[in-house]
Amino acid sequence: MIVSSRPKTTRTFQYAALVGYMLFLAFPLLWLLSVSFKGPRELVELHPHLIPTEWTLANYHDALHGDIGIGDVTLLHAAWNSTKVAGLTAILTTLVGLPAAYVLARTSGFISKLGLGWILLSQMFPLILIIIPLFLLLRDLHLTDSHAGLVFVYVVWTLPFILWMLQSYVRGIPRDLEEAAMVDGATRLTVLRTVIAPLLAPGIVVTALFAFITAWNEFFLALVLLQSPNLTTLPLLLARFVGVEGIVRLGPLAASALLATLPSLILFTVIQRWLTRGLMSGAVKG
Amino acid sequence: MRIGRGGPRSRAGVALSGREAFLLLIPAMVPILVLSVAPLVRGIYLGFTDSRAGFGVKTSYIGLENFRRLIHDSLFVNSFKIGLIWAGAVTFIQFCLALGLALLLSQPLRARWLARSLALVPWAMPPVVVGIMWKLVFQPQAGVINELLYRAHLPGSNIDWLSDFTWALPAVILVGVWAGMPQTTVALLAGVQSISDDLQEAAAVDGATTLQRFWTITLPQLRPVIVAIVTLDLIWNFNSFGLVYVLTLGGPGHATELPMLFAYDQAFKFGAFGYAAALGDAMVLVIATILVFTIRGRLKDVTR
Repeated sequence: MIVSSRPKTTRTFQYAALVGYMLFLAFPLLWLLSVSFKGPRELVELHPHLIPTEWTLANYHDALHGDIGIGDVTLLHAAWNSTKVAGLTAILTTLVGLPAAYVLARTSGFISKLGLGWILLSQMFPLILIIIPLFLLLRDLHLTDSHAGLVFVYVVWTLPFILWMLQSYVRGIPRDLEEAAMVDGATRLTVLRTVIAPLLAPGIVVTALFAFITAWNEFFLALVLLQSPNLTTLPLLLARFVGVEGIVRLGPLAASALLATLPSLILFTVIQRWLTRGLMSGAVKG
Repeated sequence: MRIGRGGPRSRAGVALSGREAFLLLIPAMVPILVLSVAPLVRGIYLGFTDSRAGFGVKTSYIGLENFRRLIHDSLFVNSFKIGLIWAGAVTFIQFCLALGLALLLSQPLRARWLARSLALVPWAMPPVVVGIMWKLVFQPQAGVINELLYRAHLPGSNIDWLSDFTWALPAVILVGVWAGMPQTTVALLAGVQSISDDLQEAAAVDGATTLQRFWTITLPQLRPVIVAIVTLDLIWNFNSFGLVYVLTLGGPGHATELPMLFAYDQAFKFGAFGYAAALGDAMVLVIATILVFTIRGRLKDVTR
């Protein structure tokens, strides 16, 4: 490669820059980790250290067993709520989006242009414009302050992105495969089931997991729609916890925040390689 | 769905028929129309009404009254000013940093996998957690920033960054930059990697310096990706909510009150649905303006 001919100073400079980037990206994460292992005495010290002088798991114990937020909602209870909502959202959006994504990928007429246009357009509108009418609609249906209502909203909210991902995965499957099967006399449904579905399976899993992460992390819509403490999702619980914090409570807050991030971080690591490939394949060439 | 069975098909029969396409679209189209398009249209319309929260309240059309009030509402003007500063600054700084990182990551450097993974982490974190994390970083006594400033004997180690009128906005901008690094870096990295090596090598053989190659090959080739990601970042950031809500709630005073925070308060604290919707309409106007500029730039590229 051309790079090998470059002077050594360039390489040194590049490594220095890379280290700089890593420090910028990692230091808030390390600090969060550090605070989560500090005891209350160390947290009120005048000059904090990055490495805790006395490591303790008390914050994690408090986060998991104590009641940390509003009322007596525990972190685990909120985590269960989040799992329910995010799981249902992931399954529903993927099911609803799959057939449409196939059409978007395989036709180039008016409908698919309209569909792709809508996907882009939906990114432009501020959520406030859509949440007020949805709030009114869900209120008439007695679905505000319920997980069902939140899931409905999440499905429509995640759908554009899910459609975009799925259709790019469908595009990755050679058309010839389908055509061969259909020329042999298979029906469209058979082709979808026996040719497309197996090849698309990894893409479907990645998309569903991404929808899960998105719903798991979402805050604004949950803040608007949910009032009852026992329906609280994790981001809501954490945000309310911030409101009541005192300096001594920083430890449990840090531990709770880390625990709440763990599931989405793990899932994200699993799908990461597939995700960036799927998102970018259509975008860069287009 | 009835599809003819048996008998080999002609190649023309392989394409999706209009009816098939329609049937396959229905499961997605119904929720989109009922729960997305219709509410959106109604939301835009609500901006021209006096709609308020609460059951059985009568809503009537009041024309441009909300917008007349908005223009004279200093808090609204302030929130849009903050919103534009925030979106512009975050997008610009993020773009410069992400471009640098993307160029580095496309080099055969050791440990770049680590930098790449680190750059993706914010993507997986809930904005609320990012907010909490940076609150701990900025914490006046227990925070790491002030401790570092103190140890380096630099001024400012007593500042309560997120409650300070001068420093709150720069502080949340820094957090915004950190939180948005993944998407921008990934997009630019994909762009950098799609540039053919041949061009670069030919230029290198011709004696072009690294800097010359960057200006004459890398940047022009990246242009479409840059326009796309910068536009999206501007819009996403202008519409952003959760991060700043957790960090400052829009304070101190209204120093970090982004448009969405202002709209949320109007709608769900004070129940002024019509007014908040009008605010949303105004946000759409700003976003449309941004789009017109970038799309115009894009068209110029094509016709050039």
